[in-house]
Amino acid sequence: MSIISMRNVSKFFGDFQALKDVSLDVALGERVVVCGPSGSGKSTLIRCINRLEAHEQGEIIVDGTELTDNAADLEKIRGNVGMVFQQFNLFPHLTVLDNLCLGPKRALGLSDAEAKDRAMKHLERVQIPDQADKYPRHLSGGQQQRVAIARSLCMEPKILLFDEPTSALDPEMIAEVLEVMTELATSGMTMIVVTHEMGFARRVADRMVFMDKGEIVEVGVPEVVFESPKSRRFGAFINQILSH
Amino acid sequence: MKPWITLIPALLLLSACSGNWGWYVVNPTTTSGWNNLNFMISGAYYTIILSLTAISISVVVGLLVALPGLSDKRGWRMFNRVYVEIVRAVPILVLILWVYYGLPALSGITLNVFWAGVLALALSDSAFQAEIFRAGIQSIGKGQYEAAQSISLNYRDTMRYVILPQAIRRILPALGNQLVYMLKMSSLVSVIGMQELTRKANELVVSEYRPLEIYTILVLEYLVLILIVSAGVRWLERRMNANDS
Repeated sequence: MSIISMRNVSKFFGDFQALKDVSLDVALGERVVVCGPSGSGKSTLIRCINRLEAHEQGEIIVDGTELTDNAADLEKIRGNVGMVFQQFNLFPHLTVLDNLCLGPKRALGLSDAEAKDRAMKHLERVQIPDQADKYPRHLSGGQQQRVAIARSLCMEPKILLFDEPTSALDPEMIAEVLEVMTELATSGMTMIVVTHEMGFARRVADRMVFMDKGEIVEVGVPEVVFESPKSRRFGAFINQILSH
Repeated sequence: MKPWITLIPALLLLSACSGNWGWYVVNPTTTSGWNNLNFMISGAYYTIILSLTAISISVVVGLLVALPGLSDKRGWRMFNRVYVEIVRAVPILVLILWVYYGLPALSGITLNVFWAGVLALALSDSAFQAEIFRAGIQSIGKGQYEAAQSISLNYRDTMRYVILPQAIRRILPALGNQLVYMLKMSSLVSVIGMQELTRKANELVVSEYRPLEIYTILVLEYLVLILIVSAGVRWLERRMNANDS
């Protein structure tokens, strides 16, 4: 049974159609990497899954609940779907620990002590427990993104969405973030990752999704699609990415 | 720069043209001068209480008016616009007179001088506070809202724990400005008989016939109050910045 089911989803920004009749199923525990040229709709696709963008046509069912404007449903789904952003989006006025504790305390109703225990557990998982009392701006980009991942994990979600998590990082910091993501993948987390890191895709993805101009053009197992892409557009994209 | 340094030019100016002055009226070494001085300074109590009460109310009302202005619903935004445009358009003095003399005739509610003054000042200032809050909240990036949503925070918690703490830091200098403005505008409440600094000075002028000296002292009184407020706001800004570094 799939934990995410998108059926004929379309999304418009004014006259521009960002998603064209997209259908995608993701199974529990599956790791899906979404790639494609900029403006192809890959960010919009995952932002629709926790309704940071509202789709106009089709249906999206996450963990048995259809996404609508119903606020209670939405809070429930967002509790189950974590998101990691390209720009980290940490709360700059809160310490690392408070960034992590805010959701568990306010949305899940944990006590201070429970939230702190949970936060420290996940900070250890992303290997920066010693930064708990610092403010985000005193951390490196790679550390900030790992804090952001830990913040998502503190909600103990079933699904984690990654929106180009390494695109804003200096090259030497990409590895530390990918390492954490790989560890998550091997632990059985359901992940949908928008990224251009093809090495990461090869290593961890169960499935590759290639998007172009708002459509899903090709879906397949990494070993197969990398060696013999069916569509010309995907072939050209892979060549471009791998040749630079 | 030390704030008291700004007092020096004022004092130099005063002593330079001493020929025309009759400082005896507020000379603290004489009994009557000492009494006059005390009489004037005693007005500070109401000036301060009135301003602080009014600004506390206007900050809350301003925030409550600002939030609908950020809604995606047209009706809410309209409410914000109409409130701000109307309230901002009424001169404070007119509002004071209207609240004190007009409101009882309209509604049967009679407010004493203090509360009429507080209401008029708070109402007038709330429109400006609403605009300040709106600008402050709008300066917080979309990513902060999205991050809050992604950890399942509802609107109230998002505002309370994520957006407003950041917005308030940014608008603190503007809030300080409003407090300074409020201290000065409270002098207008003297027209309905509020016993604050300006009213006291006026009363003393009537009995002593030394407007030059008495109003000069009045200027200095406001100057001192406002320098204290400025220092306080700067201290608060420094403390907030120090807090997260």
